[in-house]
Amino acid sequence: MAIGVKVMQRPEREVSYIRATLKGMSLTFKHMFQPRVTMQYPEAKSTDDWRIATRWRGTHRMMTDEQGRSKCVACGLCPQVCPANCIKLVPGEDENGNRYPLIYEIDEFRCVFCGYCQEVCPEEAIHVGVHYENSEYSRDRFVYDLERLQAQTHPVSTLWDPADPRGQ
Amino acid sequence: MSPEQKGFLFFAVIKMLVVFTMMMVGVALLTLMERKVAGWMQNRPGPNRVGPFGLLQPAADGIKNFIKEETRPISANNLLFLLAPALSFVPAVMLIAVIPLAAPLPVNFDATLPLIGQVAYHGLMPMSVAELPIGFVFVLAFSSLGVYGIALAGWSSNSKYSLIGGLRASAQLISYEVAMGLSLIPVLLMSGNASFSEIIAKQQQGLWFIMPLFLSFFVFLISGFAETNRLPFDLPEAESELVAGYHAEYSAMKFSLFMIAEYAHIVTVAAMVATLFFGGWDIPFTHWDERGGLLQTIVTHGFFFAKMFFWIFFVMWIRWTLPRFRYDQLMAVGWKILLPLALAYILVIAVAIEVFERGFGWTDPRVLGLALFGLNLLLGWLVFFLLDRGRVVRGVAPRPRAASTLGV
Repeated sequence: MAIGVKVMQRPEREVSYIRATLKGMSLTFKHMFQPRVTMQYPEAKSTDDWRIATRWRGTHRMMTDEQGRSKCVACGLCPQVCPANCIKLVPGEDENGNRYPLIYEIDEFRCVFCGYCQEVCPEEAIHVGVHYENSEYSRDRFVYDLERLQAQTHPVSTLWDPADPRGQ
Repeated sequence: MSPEQKGFLFFAVIKMLVVFTMMMVGVALLTLMERKVAGWMQNRPGPNRVGPFGLLQPAADGIKNFIKEETRPISANNLLFLLAPALSFVPAVMLIAVIPLAAPLPVNFDATLPLIGQVAYHGLMPMSVAELPIGFVFVLAFSSLGVYGIALAGWSSNSKYSLIGGLRASAQLISYEVAMGLSLIPVLLMSGNASFSEIIAKQQQGLWFIMPLFLSFFVFLISGFAETNRLPFDLPEAESELVAGYHAEYSAMKFSLFMIAEYAHIVTVAAMVATLFFGGWDIPFTHWDERGGLLQTIVTHGFFFAKMFFWIFFVMWIRWTLPRFRYDQLMAVGWKILLPLALAYILVIAVAIEVFERGFGWTDPRVLGLALFGLNLLLGWLVFFLLDRGRVVRGVAPRPRAASTLGV
């Protein structure tokens, strides 16, 4: 025998294949009448014992203030911290000296959903969201511009909290 | 042609159309049933997206298979590659033709039809497409023809997986054909006739053959599984080793034909078990069904269908219970267990019938059946409790070390 191969000593004389078969058949038959465990996904998105984690990091969402403008001040921290380099930010400045993003685009295909942009954002403007249904008919639809990021309504990720590492 | 001949042909064509259509629809629904049963046995709901309860799933599959691209390996043998699905499909569908599906229907039919002319049919109409006096032999012969389709499919694809699948199928079918044929000899001994309607009539007089010929039933059922290439004997299409076995290179409707053939074989085996061992369309404990009439025909067909359906379900039940045999185990079970068992059983039953009938004078079919049932209890105990212990399906015996001299 080769190294590490262990030959199991199976009980040979004592077992009956036919009786074992009957036992197995009664087991499978019992299973036919047990409750189904499948979640009917498109209709049901969560069940009693399963729901999506609040720490889920999905497609982004830009928060807005009371006037409906984005909270972003175009500080440039998120494109700086982004490991996938998927955020495109062109800052602008209005007549009062307030900075705002002229262009803010996130390429969701390049994004690795690390959540650093949400962590680093000083204004709590950009967030990763608890969202996973993202299908589109073309690739360029996956570059989300500012308008689209603001229009998202899904809940945002709570991220990992060092004070509560297990999410309780 | 006389009106009687025309009538015979007319009703034969109608029966053919009805049975073929029902067979095709039934086979399509069986694919759904298989997946449903698989789901239920694994605590899943099974396919339920297309139509109510997924009932339109077979239609969706069918449409998909029709519009799929047909691919053909560039090095395949064209003629045989095209012929093989048909060769496995046709015998599988033909088998149902000889099995009586219900009690014979008394018909008194006289009519003048357009194009055909005068048509007449008088007397009992057998409820099988072809009431063959050698129906039994026909089924055995045609069920073994299916191996041509599989072997040719494996060979003509010019692919190693297909070829191995085809070879395995040939070896398996031929081995189990022997045991299957021999296991049915006791049925012939009991019925004294090779026509299905006579076999059913014999069971109506006495007991269903499951009781006096239990071991025959057992051997037949196991060989039936092997003949249909179903788990636990689906070595020819063992997906873990052979991709898909003999139909690995087939796509679209040609692949579907192999599937239809497989399910048609299941239907046939179930119908054979129901007919040979469970009294066919017989309703137990009553002679009402033998009187003949339209109602009797419909009700007995219901009973036949219920029996057949149970055995179809049984085939699926086994599939989702047992793992696949190893190839040497498969051959060992066929040649070392089932074949000697079937041979010995023929001997025992022949001697027993002779002794019980001539020696003790128990010529009444019920008494004879019960006596044989008692004998079967004894034999069954011997086979299932003494012989079965670790001998029927053997595990891997640790091989002696000297055997591996390949420098591994």
